[in-house]
Amino acid sequence: MIRAPLVKALGALSSPTHQIQIGSRAVRTTAVIAQQAPAKAPEKIEVFVDDIPVQVLPGTTVLQAAAQIGVEIPRFCYHERLAVAGNCRMCLVEVEKSPKPVAACAMPVMKGWRIKTNSDLTRKAREGVMEFLLMNHPLDCPICDQGGECDLQDQAMAFGSDRSRFTDINYTGKRAVEDKDIGPLVKTIMTRCIHCTRCVRFASEIAGVDDLGTTGRGNDMQIGTYVEKLFLTELSGNVIDLCPVGALTNKPYSFVARPWEIRKVSSIDVLDAVGSNIVVSTRTNEVLRILPRENEDVNEEWLADKSRFACDGLKRQRLVAPMVRMPNGELQAVEWEGALIAVAKALKKANGQVAGVSGQLADVESLVALKDLVNRLEGETLVTEQGFIKGAGSDVRANYLLNSTIAGLEEADAVLLVGTNPRYEAPLVNTRLRKAYVHNELQIASIGPKIDLSYQHENLGADASLIKDVCSGTHAFSKVLEGAKKPAIIIGADLLERPDGAAIHATILDYCQKLKKKDWNPFNVLQNNAAQVGALDVGYQAGVEAVIKAQPKVLFLLNADAGKLTREQLPKDCFIVYIGSHGDNGASIADAVLPGAAYTEKQAIYVNTEGRPQQTLTAVSPPGMAREDWKILRAISEVVSTPLPYDTLDELRSRLEDLGPHLTRLGELEPASLSEAGSQATISKSINGGPIDVKQKELRDYFMTDAVSRASPTMAKCISAVNKQQRQNEQAKQSVAI
Amino acid sequence: MAAIVRFNLLTKPQIVAALPASLQLQRLQSTQAPPPGTPPPQTKTKFGPLADEDRIFTNLYGRHDWRLKGALKRGDWYKTKEIVLKGPDWIINEIKTSGLRGRGGAGFPSGMKWSFMNKPGDGRPKYLVVNADEGEPGTCKDRDIMRHDPHKLVEGCLIAGRAMGAQAAYIYIRGEFYNEASNMQLAIAEAYQAGLIGKNACGTGYDFDVFMHRGAGAYICGEETALIESLEGKQGKPRLKPPFPADVGVFGCPTTVTNVETVAVAPSICRRGGPWFASFGRTRNSGTKLFNISGHVKNPCTVEEEMSIPLKELIERHCGGVTGGWDNLLGVIPGGSSTPIIPKSVCDDVIMDFDGLIAAQTSLGTAAIIVMDKSTDVIKAIARLISFYKHESCGQCTPCREGIGWMNKIMTRFVKGDAQPAEIDMLWEISKQIEGHTICALGDGAAWPVQGLIRHFRPEIEKRMQLHAGQQTKRASN
Repeated sequence: MIRAPLVKALGALSSPTHQIQIGSRAVRTTAVIAQQAPAKAPEKIEVFVDDIPVQVLPGTTVLQAAAQIGVEIPRFCYHERLAVAGNCRMCLVEVEKSPKPVAACAMPVMKGWRIKTNSDLTRKAREGVMEFLLMNHPLDCPICDQGGECDLQDQAMAFGSDRSRFTDINYTGKRAVEDKDIGPLVKTIMTRCIHCTRCVRFASEIAGVDDLGTTGRGNDMQIGTYVEKLFLTELSGNVIDLCPVGALTNKPYSFVARPWEIRKVSSIDVLDAVGSNIVVSTRTNEVLRILPRENEDVNEEWLADKSRFACDGLKRQRLVAPMVRMPNGELQAVEWEGALIAVAKALKKANGQVAGVSGQLADVESLVALKDLVNRLEGETLVTEQGFIKGAGSDVRANYLLNSTIAGLEEADAVLLVGTNPRYEAPLVNTRLRKAYVHNELQIASIGPKIDLSYQHENLGADASLIKDVCSGTHAFSKVLEGAKKPAIIIGADLLERPDGAAIHATILDYCQKLKKKDWNPFNVLQNNAAQVGALDVGYQAGVEAVIKAQPKVLFLLNADAGKLTREQLPKDCFIVYIGSHGDNGASIADAVLPGAAYTEKQAIYVNTEGRPQQTLTAVSPPGMAREDWKILRAISEVVSTPLPYDTLDELRSRLEDLGPHLTRLGELEPASLSEAGSQATISKSINGGPIDVKQKELRDYFMTDAVSRASPTMAKCISAVNKQQRQNEQAKQSVAI
Repeated sequence: MAAIVRFNLLTKPQIVAALPASLQLQRLQSTQAPPPGTPPPQTKTKFGPLADEDRIFTNLYGRHDWRLKGALKRGDWYKTKEIVLKGPDWIINEIKTSGLRGRGGAGFPSGMKWSFMNKPGDGRPKYLVVNADEGEPGTCKDRDIMRHDPHKLVEGCLIAGRAMGAQAAYIYIRGEFYNEASNMQLAIAEAYQAGLIGKNACGTGYDFDVFMHRGAGAYICGEETALIESLEGKQGKPRLKPPFPADVGVFGCPTTVTNVETVAVAPSICRRGGPWFASFGRTRNSGTKLFNISGHVKNPCTVEEEMSIPLKELIERHCGGVTGGWDNLLGVIPGGSSTPIIPKSVCDDVIMDFDGLIAAQTSLGTAAIIVMDKSTDVIKAIARLISFYKHESCGQCTPCREGIGWMNKIMTRFVKGDAQPAEIDMLWEISKQIEGHTICALGDGAAWPVQGLIRHFRPEIEKRMQLHAGQQTKRASN
């Protein structure tokens, strides 16, 4: 819980908490017992778990040693990614010659220990702890949302006693605790709490906010925020997964479904560019909730709040029928046939003056289908809404990827953030940076506005000219970057939309050529939408300027909802076709609206910011008459008599493979070499200066960034909760001032 | 809390490795010379009373000046420079020879504990932390030292600190001890002004600081790792061990936490020699000790006595006997509230030292003797203790947080007799489920009084249940 800062303070011993324990244990052993092996003995030691010999490294805990041979020791408070608390005492096991059972999660093994995970003493200890936990735990499983996926329930069945001895239920009853209100996402029923402190440790270690803590002592101890306030973090949903009981549950999902009623589909999140792996829980063709799925390379086992809770936006503002704009200016629902014919007519008239704009939720398949269609109609202009540097910058993958990789950033020891706020643009990249900050002595500096990243960093200033200073080696932080073993510079994607974006890009790229190490690429662009890398990979240009210049007669908007293109910028007779899932900015300016499928409704590939292609799977079918986007484009091509040469997803995927072989190697990362990336000599490197800004500065800016989250009532509640909290803070400040 | 810091310092295997080694060596001593640091063999068979010239705490009752001038008159700070200059090895050897065991309750050999700090350093500073959070009900020895003889502690800090190469000592004093903290702070200031501590302490060239920190009133902060957490400004919740404080202690640096009395006797041991101290008490229970006798005695007092003095002699000599005579004795809690109670039959000839009380299925603890005569409602007395432990449990780990609350509920009913006889066995099992299953020793300390009660006063509990059941049926038939 509070141990991480201690680790930081130790300096000399910079290593994760449990490693300190390990190291010190080794020293201790040599000091007390006869001088055995030296502290740094690399060779494995032998211990016995239930009489099975196991070879483990010195310092392995009893629990880890048991796990090596597949013996699982029950636990509540222990979690692999959090500091060891050792307070639930469920993992007590007998060790031969030790009169007391030892806490397996915290105790490092010693040579020759014989651990008994199923002896009478062990079983009795577990039964005892279980009895104590259940003593004050309410018997409200029938109305508890955790029911069916509750650690306490499962372990009570597996390790508990078969009867209760709690006679005092007839006299004094059980403990009851007042519920807390910590926001619109996490529901608290604190009477159920077993005080494992996982949530407290998550908040202070991973999320970096010390909002949660314990108050009171003994049986009166409570987990909470002390003064009632919002649990102000973009990662709050993870405490729901961490809570082993039903004390912290999913508020929007409360009383919705039981785990045994729902169907689970493994998929990918597309609401930011991280590409978090998720499990979509559905029932009767309805997405009920989204949970994270473990992927060490991407999201570990966490999930950001928007990705988890915006799923109710999939049911609102949906386009369920094709629509065509009538002469009176109204959009009217029509049959598919009518809509497709209307589009085809416009295309016939366009004479090759066709263009396409893709938005932040477009999948690679539909991007390719749109590209093929537009090219067949002799159109050339295919762009993404999100801008990037002009010119040939997007020809080389390394120019627009997070080249150090998400997992790789954990090993970085010096990071410069330029015009980006990873905390809200990519929360799970930020947790990696925070992890490196806590465990790896990572030094971080930022150029841009002053922001709270949940860890300490040096703000060098907001002026763009600082980039030049750092990259010319004259700035103080240049020394840090140049002296680092694994330095990294992360550029925000929005920054490169500036007129001097190309100059910034080229300057930093040149500097990174100097910084790069063997097997380490320090140049990173942090994309903030899931479609961007895929679109650039298949040959889209960045930025809508090309479309305004081309003045097309027919314009396809593929999930383009950012509102960067307005009606006024286009010719009066331009026919706009919107393909997408939500009635948002794109649909409002369209002449024909073709309802597409959202990411939970199609099997589609997205490429995340580090260039890793991953696919979503169909969890539910699209609502109403909505269809998968690529199929709509295929249908249009049929009507205009230039049929695209693929009828199935497999055929489309083989077309993808022709365009970029890496695109279909799902889950694998194709490293992009920095040496190819060489900046073009023709680009001027004069940076104009002027302040650098980021769009998402505070938590309230985080919740609504795309068509799905803008349609989500939960996200709206989050924003109003954050605003309310802000007002309260200001009032408190004023009253103090008075 | 001080009393329940049992053998938590080390894991059991380490104790097994450490303790019998010295015993085995003693067995061998007839054939070969004992290694340095072995206490001389005890030849006496009768222990106590302690002669006045052998007392260490000569101003225990505050009859003389407690300030530096008075302390110097009583021999404090005498030849401290020479002791400090003799170096850590000499001091530790002298402490080992004296056979001094920790006075906070666990009774761990002090010389050995201090020597854990003398590993090769890694650049981190080392600290001595003095546990003056004397909160164990019944115990009032440290407060008398700090109020009336504070310079003994300040001098002890310097010598113990030198023995372990510490840079500074932190005295964590119980928040309620206002006068004690005040006197202590003045004594520290006097010592600084006289150049006895601080830069170039006593002119030895050794720099040593003493800081005092007042606690905020939690009993659990007397547990050594909870004390460290509290000193660091966090909630006083015990840490997991390992790592032990000697590796990662206060502010992440090697630390030794010792009781006030242990530190305060160190200067006298160094001046008068380890063998002198070892001449008191039985082997492995050497020295003099402050006994606090409270409860149903004519004259409750704190007194310095020789270890291994019989309990009866201690009470009769210093306290004027039990009220109503020895035969009116019901039982005694011999070492502070966390030690199991012993009935009169055991009290008759029990010997007040570590081994003597372990043989009687109890413990010396802090040597705070709570005497109860036959007017006592022993069930209510123990119930009150459990209610105290329930209130003071930190709430961190399950068996202590939930178990003690449960024991408290049962004990409350036992006072009235509103329970079934089978629940006595259940209570025993619950106490066993708590004991040894927790992070710190508070759980043990709460389980033992209950176990002592059931072990010796079970008929009493059953009688009350019968009485209550009888009243209930009578009331029902009316």
